[in-house]
Amino acid sequence: MQISITINGSEVAADVEARTLLVQYIRDVAGLKGTNIGCDTTSCGACTVLLDGQSVKSCTVLAAQVAGRQVTTIEGLAEADGTMHPVQRAFHENHGLQCGFCTPGMVMAITSLLAERPPDAAPITAEEVRLGLEGNLCRCTGYHNIVVAALAASRVPELQS
Amino acid sequence: MSILGNRVLRREDPKFLTSGGTYVGDLDLPGAVHLTFVRSTVAHARLASLDVEKARAAAGVRGVYLNADLGVAPLPPGMPMLNQDMTRPVLAEGVVRFVGEPIVVIAADTLTDGADAAELVVIDYDPLPVVVDPEEALKDEALLYPEIGTNNCFALQFGHDETLFDGCDVVVRQKMINQRVAPCPLEGRSSAAEVAADGRLTFYASTQTAHGVRDSLAKALAVEPDRVHVISPDVGGGFGAKGSVYPEDVIVAWVAQHLGRPARWTETRSESMLGLGHGRAQVQEVEIGGTRDGQILAYRIDVLQDSGAYPDIGAVLPFMTRTMATGVYAIKRGECSSNSVVTNTVPTVAYRGAGRPEATAAIERAIDCFAAEVGVDAAEVRRRNLIGAGDFPYTTPTGTEYDSGDYLRAFDLALEMSGYDELRREQRRRRDAGDKRQLGIGISTYVEITNGIPEGEYGAVEVRPDGRAIVRTGSSAHGQGHHTAWSMLVSDQLGIPMEDIDVIHGDTDIVPRGVGTFGSRSLQSGGSAVHLAAIEVVDKAKALAADLFEAAPGDIVLDAHGGQFHVAGTPALAKGWAEVARAALDKDGEPLMAEVDIPSTGSTFPFGTHVSVVEVDTETGSVELKRHIAVDDAGRILNPLLAEGQVHGGIAQGVAQALLEEFRYDGEGNPLTSNFADYSIITAMELPHFERAFTETPTTKNPLGAKGIGESGTIGSAPAVHNAVVDALSVFGIRHVDMPLTPERVWGAIAAARLGD
Repeated sequence: MQISITINGSEVAADVEARTLLVQYIRDVAGLKGTNIGCDTTSCGACTVLLDGQSVKSCTVLAAQVAGRQVTTIEGLAEADGTMHPVQRAFHENHGLQCGFCTPGMVMAITSLLAERPPDAAPITAEEVRLGLEGNLCRCTGYHNIVVAALAASRVPELQS
Repeated sequence: MSILGNRVLRREDPKFLTSGGTYVGDLDLPGAVHLTFVRSTVAHARLASLDVEKARAAAGVRGVYLNADLGVAPLPPGMPMLNQDMTRPVLAEGVVRFVGEPIVVIAADTLTDGADAAELVVIDYDPLPVVVDPEEALKDEALLYPEIGTNNCFALQFGHDETLFDGCDVVVRQKMINQRVAPCPLEGRSSAAEVAADGRLTFYASTQTAHGVRDSLAKALAVEPDRVHVISPDVGGGFGAKGSVYPEDVIVAWVAQHLGRPARWTETRSESMLGLGHGRAQVQEVEIGGTRDGQILAYRIDVLQDSGAYPDIGAVLPFMTRTMATGVYAIKRGECSSNSVVTNTVPTVAYRGAGRPEATAAIERAIDCFAAEVGVDAAEVRRRNLIGAGDFPYTTPTGTEYDSGDYLRAFDLALEMSGYDELRREQRRRRDAGDKRQLGIGISTYVEITNGIPEGEYGAVEVRPDGRAIVRTGSSAHGQGHHTAWSMLVSDQLGIPMEDIDVIHGDTDIVPRGVGTFGSRSLQSGGSAVHLAAIEVVDKAKALAADLFEAAPGDIVLDAHGGQFHVAGTPALAKGWAEVARAALDKDGEPLMAEVDIPSTGSTFPFGTHVSVVEVDTETGSVELKRHIAVDDAGRILNPLLAEGQVHGGIAQGVAQALLEEFRYDGEGNPLTSNFADYSIITAMELPHFERAFTETPTTKNPLGAKGIGESGTIGSAPAVHNAVVDALSVFGIRHVDMPLTPERVWGAIAAARLGD
């Protein structure tokens, strides 16, 4: 079937099998390999991307389901001039990644977690971050510095609504 | 001031954070066939019939192969001390020995073509008796290799003294299960291969040892190693399980050779859980004896190691368990014996700690059992029996020589950070009040062995005419931050800024030799080699600069900040690395480079103390890890940021084994936890913010004074958590419960104890 999805601001059109998953579309059709596949049971979150600004596990969405919608992957998070998003920067400054395989999914999940917070909400707590990341697995960091990074990013003025 | 010892941020990060790493599965290989394996669905059976004709005729299929088609000799067991008759065909030949063993491989134009064709393969199995429990395997009733006549593939006996426990007031015996777990790197196995016009193979591997893969593949394919070029791009974690070549890797290479087309394979998680080696899997019987006032006199451990269906590195883990058997304690009499048996399960391999977590788990539980028996606080028993700081080097009764240590210092610091006395008071309050949430405090005082294999490592430093430095290392990073760490080592000596230093690893054509990254060896072996190569390249540069200045080499000074050479006393007239590197080329056409093959620097013994605080809900059995305090000593710390990261990840994996993770089989050898939905891989929710510190007791074994830090966290944490849970349950008179301490198991232990009252 013929579909088109806007990925990182660019329209990507293709004729694909109906069973094509969004993550396959991102990796194999759009050729964006930053989004990883870490499991086959929707458990690990390595494939997390933003769909119209909200995090989804792209292994659990059919490409056809999101035809015409906006997808953001790790490649599309930084600004056009290469300036990293505050969450990316916080991961770097707090050693929030090691092997890097879960990282794109983690970064997208945290970006969504912080963005979805109501403007009048109290600052996000470590426990809320941990709960918010329950669907994203990391085997290297023990999550410690990922949580630290998320908290650091939450304090960046431009992410405070 | 030296850059060493500073919290330098990782140079690797920006790529991973903005476009993601480049893993094998991300490589662009035009025209590659995708491999799909058809795997055994039964644990032990004869292959009565195999029908692949429909699969062969399916759309997009380029080849369907059985073992007989490959002509690849069976792979021998991973280590020479194992029973060498227990070989493994790369695809099952006549018989399958575990669920997940590959039987057929399909090469297809697309992954979906391959998956569809796999559905068309028909296999008839004639069931054979299944043995899953290693204690059953030891009886040699159901045999995996009837022609060999035993399931035993490796046995050890260290000491056999009938009088070992003579003079002990108290002797405590305890059986413990150190359960089978799955390593679960987030990237599973993945490999790809292409063959050049001259027949030379390029193999892309997700591995911890590019050179090891080169040599193993060459052997399996019966070609010279220089006919194989291995490239290991970014690797999404390994944890020991990517330390050797798997049968699937050999097949990827074979298919590429056979079809003359690139071939690739990236396993699914469900495949990985049944193919990537498992870890731990020991049954331990321990005996500990001492005096009523808490002095330990003797210790014995007997290990039964589950090796899985084909003996691999897992089968020799008892050797490491023996090496570290008596831990941090000045126990004069110690013995260890072991048997490794094959079972109808996934083969066991090295997994973060590999034999040492098992040793630490055994003795740390034994110490608590002993403390409970003699009625002395578990902290006090430890304090009384620790090897003293003045007693190094120290030789243990099982023959291991510890290099250096100050166990009491780490112990005291950990207890102080935990507020140990106040924790005990809080525990007493809850006990007196009959609180349904009981507090448990667990201690683990550990020592482990790093750089345990007697192999050296390759390191080279080259300075280019543009002033940039190139580092080539035989270490094989897969998340540890070697690019940052090695750049620090070279910048420290050369004065070239880190951003002008490139680190190359994992390419066997660019790095001529190498051993790899496992057993917490990289900094002390590979790092030391790079450090020495940097020193040597500075010496060479000084000789060249002396020519340029027409001065004596001994008068040349390198300003380690700016990377500028001058003659002592005339700093205004300086020449940079670029000029000196050009002078080297001008002189004899040779680049300015130093290569070092450092011989084995010998094993080092990191140590520390972990304290865990848990709350156990005595009505539901659920355990909450409230705090985890870790004091670790890995000698001199090169980059605390990286070292802390290693400890954090290590702690999480230890907590995971203590509380959650277990790879389980039913009695017929059917795996029950073969994906991430069923296997309880630990998440952020189950972990607290870690409280930790380093002490630094250097070693003299290597020029950096460094010990390994990759596995300590796992080794130290699991017994602390385990002891904490049993400590909480001691209010019911419970002395031991096996890991993982799931709510079901804890609740069952409480229920049984209450029934027994």
